Amino acid sequence: MTFPWLTTLIALPALGAVLTALVPSGRGTLAKQVATGAALVTLVIGALISIQFLFDVDMGVEAETYEWIPEFGASWALDVNGISLALVALTVLATPIVALAMWHEAEDEKRDPKAFFALLLAVEALTLTAFLAQDVLLFYVVFEAMLIPLYFMIGMYGGPQRRYAAVKFLLYNLVGGLAMLAAVIGLYVQSIDAGDPSFFLPDLVALDIDTTTQWWLFLGFMLAFAIKAPLWPFHTWLPDAAAEATPANAAFLSGVADKVGTYGMIALVLPLFPDASRDAAPVIVVLAVVSIIYGALLAIGQTDMKRLIGYTSISHFGFIVLGIFALTGQAATGATFYMVNHGLSTIALFVVVGFLVSRRGSRQVDDFGGVQKPAPKLAGVFLFAGLSGLALPPLSTFLSEFLVISGTFLRYRPAAIVATLGIVLSALYILWLYQRTMTGPVRPAVEGMPDLRTREVAVVAPLIALLVVVGFFPKPLTDAIDEAVGPTLVEVGVEEPEPLAPVAEHVEEGTGR
Amino acid sequence: MNAPTIEYAELAPLITIFGAAVIGVLIEAFVPRKVRHPVQVAVALLALVAALVQVILLAGTGMVAAVGAVAVDGPALFLQGTILVLAIISVAFFAERRLEAGGDAFAPAASTLPGSEEERILVRERMLQTEVYPLALFAVGGMLLFPAANDLLMLFIALEVMSLPLYLLCGMARRRRLLSQEAALKYFLLGAFSSAIFLFGMAFVYGYAGTLRFGEISEALTANIGQDGILLAGVGLMAVGLLFKVGAVPFHSWTPDVYQGAPTPVTGFMAACTKLAAFGAMVRLFYVAFGGMRTDWQPMLWAVAIATMLVGAVVALTQTDIKRMLAYSSIAHAGFVLTAMVAADQTATAAILFYLATYGIATLGAFAVVTLVRDSGGEATHLAKWAGLGRRSPVLAATFALFLLAFAGIPLTSGFVGKLSVFTAAIDGGAAPLVVVGVIASAIAAFFYVRVIVLMFFSDPAPEGPTVAVPSLWTAVGITLGAAATLLLGIVPGPLLDLAQQASLFVR
Repeated sequence: MTFPWLTTLIALPALGAVLTALVPSGRGTLAKQVATGAALVTLVIGALISIQFLFDVDMGVEAETYEWIPEFGASWALDVNGISLALVALTVLATPIVALAMWHEAEDEKRDPKAFFALLLAVEALTLTAFLAQDVLLFYVVFEAMLIPLYFMIGMYGGPQRRYAAVKFLLYNLVGGLAMLAAVIGLYVQSIDAGDPSFFLPDLVALDIDTTTQWWLFLGFMLAFAIKAPLWPFHTWLPDAAAEATPANAAFLSGVADKVGTYGMIALVLPLFPDASRDAAPVIVVLAVVSIIYGALLAIGQTDMKRLIGYTSISHFGFIVLGIFALTGQAATGATFYMVNHGLSTIALFVVVGFLVSRRGSRQVDDFGGVQKPAPKLAGVFLFAGLSGLALPPLSTFLSEFLVISGTFLRYRPAAIVATLGIVLSALYILWLYQRTMTGPVRPAVEGMPDLRTREVAVVAPLIALLVVVGFFPKPLTDAIDEAVGPTLVEVGVEEPEPLAPVAEHVEEGTGR
Repeated sequence: MNAPTIEYAELAPLITIFGAAVIGVLIEAFVPRKVRHPVQVAVALLALVAALVQVILLAGTGMVAAVGAVAVDGPALFLQGTILVLAIISVAFFAERRLEAGGDAFAPAASTLPGSEEERILVRERMLQTEVYPLALFAVGGMLLFPAANDLLMLFIALEVMSLPLYLLCGMARRRRLLSQEAALKYFLLGAFSSAIFLFGMAFVYGYAGTLRFGEISEALTANIGQDGILLAGVGLMAVGLLFKVGAVPFHSWTPDVYQGAPTPVTGFMAACTKLAAFGAMVRLFYVAFGGMRTDWQPMLWAVAIATMLVGAVVALTQTDIKRMLAYSSIAHAGFVLTAMVAADQTATAAILFYLATYGIATLGAFAVVTLVRDSGGEATHLAKWAGLGRRSPVLAATFALFLLAFAGIPLTSGFVGKLSVFTAAIDGGAAPLVVVGVIASAIAAFFYVRVIVLMFFSDPAPEGPTVAVPSLWTAVGITLGAAATLLLGIVPGPLLDLAQQASLFVR
């Protein structure tokens, strides 16, 4: 038997969470060290797994299946492909960064930081399981269970309205989750009727479900994922959660945990309900475009920096969903790639805003001004994170946005054109935010603001490096994603639209593929 | 004429419990008052453990004993075993004496007037109520018999043997005695009505089928054609009696008052064990005796299930007392079980058995936690007093949160697997719309469970808030076992699911 890489990847943060929880209270620093250590070891394992897929070196990573609840035909089944690998990589990278960014934030109001770090690792383990699960029940269990630690992370640490935000977060997601539960059971009953009760994803994909049933099941799954992702009009919990959670927590929430929603769309909804997905695609595309524009417009109007970033995330999630439901290979690859890049860019933005908030004690845009004079490095990092948010070439976010839009253009031309407007708006909200906070006369309260500290550099540097490196060398990752996206779209049974010749050539050259 | 044979070996658990209950009465009469308490507790625990062992030894039996009156089969033994485990933990909670300076949760003598001089003297002399143990044993005996009863007469006797001691136990609270006595009276009056209606229904069914045996009633369904009116009236009236016991809408109105007024250990015992026994009896009656006419009773259960889930969940939202909230939550849970019952097949039986077991464990644990949160007036059951409990006693609050999450059906708790299995049985049995209602009710219910968690963990503690009493080892072990089982059955439910599936075949 080969080494169970994937189970190890999940077990490490889970073990780390238990160890962190066992640290005696009052030893906050020790708890943080244990947690960060566990996150780093997980990162190493994640990197080893990635090597196999990015550079074609055989590390012996393969699908794992162990019996779990034989009575239901549910198993602990894990597998990894290009899509899940991209998200696993994002998760293992983000967790130590978030842990480091939370180093002091978790001790506000003299709270014991232990709980946050233990919960963070628990969520990491659950998120990784969701990305690797090949069993629909297993996916559902972790999808729902993840809400509880996240709920406590928002509710126990963060701004004055955090309780409200935490409850709103939980209830929205629970409602979606329960709708999905009904659909999961409905799907399972389909497999019972077919004579072989099973939750194993490939078994369920092989089922031939009639279109009406598919529609109902599709609705159940999509409601859960649209709330999680979040897609307009199910998005209202996100700005509250983003504003009230600590910046690092908000980064983890919208950068990593919410990706389970969009991952579910591409990895579960499309292959499981091909007919319904095909029929519903135009509707979802419209919702996605509305999200893009709506999120961007509201971001422009915000006076609270964290809320602002929350709304930009809604806009970006709109791009991801658009790419998934455009149902072209290019758009789907772009959407998956977008998930990774949006994760990196959002985490960078939230974290840098967190630095500003901790210095000034306020998250209002108006309380800042001229920060670049006392803290030039901080302002530079802020600008960089912002530019990655508006998808400036050659940063990695550019490529994914381009792939999504050009891929969508092949099938839904008006949608692609309107979505392009979102790019213009994103330039507006980012640059205007930069201008109001960083340039202009130095506000009295901002005078003497300290520049980046060593820990803060350690938090931001890897993010910036990745945004640049992945932007210049996207090929290994996009190839791996491309390989996984192909079979998914074949499952949906759509025909690749006839490419407009010049566009296709342009893509070939422009992306370095 | 031959004398009827009695299968003593197969009926041993029942005989043990009833025998011990009679011995308990004798102890009341002959053992000196000072040593009565330990003796009663020891006798009760010994009897329960012995009966549990006998049930386990009987596992796999499938026969009808006592001339067809009592079934000894999978569902009966599964439920009897579960009831006995829950009863053992309940008796440990009954015997808890660390919380009330030397006393327990019961009035020293239920016959004294509340607030009288006589009562004060008894409290001062630390007199202990010992009659609760034989009463509880009689109730347990009735509960063991109820899901095993295989003819109408035995069913009615079991119902009464189970109910009468419970009426008494409800009125014995040490604190807030008037509320407790009111609850007992209410429970007794409504219970007596429902029993009478049940009996009336039995008479109709007997009139139709000409027999009391379940199996023979089932045969009569196919033979007698053209007398459906009398049969339907009988089934409907019997359903009223059983739905009253499980606390289903519209026969639920006793539940919140009784749950609130009864001494909390009794509430836990009642909420967990009565529901198990009553659902067991209901499933057997409807599947074995009335299985042939399921298309007639399924629409009724549809309506009751929908009303029960929605009313339970919605009314729970407005509650401010933790015991009342748990009462409405138990109503909603009865509705979830009913969704599976509508399916009327073996999968449904297995799902119901699993659900009841996990629900019983979590309920017992939750009520035990309620007994520990106290202020000067006894248990602090008002929700506002629970604010900030998570800061004062994180472990206790986390345990209670775990039970609440199990009630809400969050994954990685036993409640999720239970909900998954009953909903699966319901969809498989063609009741998909019921599951949609169930999901909506779960979403509503999640709100009030979450509200309590918010209160415990995110609110600031009230300045004069309650303290968490340190219980005796028994109670601590009971709560820990409940929490561990709730978590474990959520992560690896396989063995219990397997057991429930094996036990899901009724003997006819």
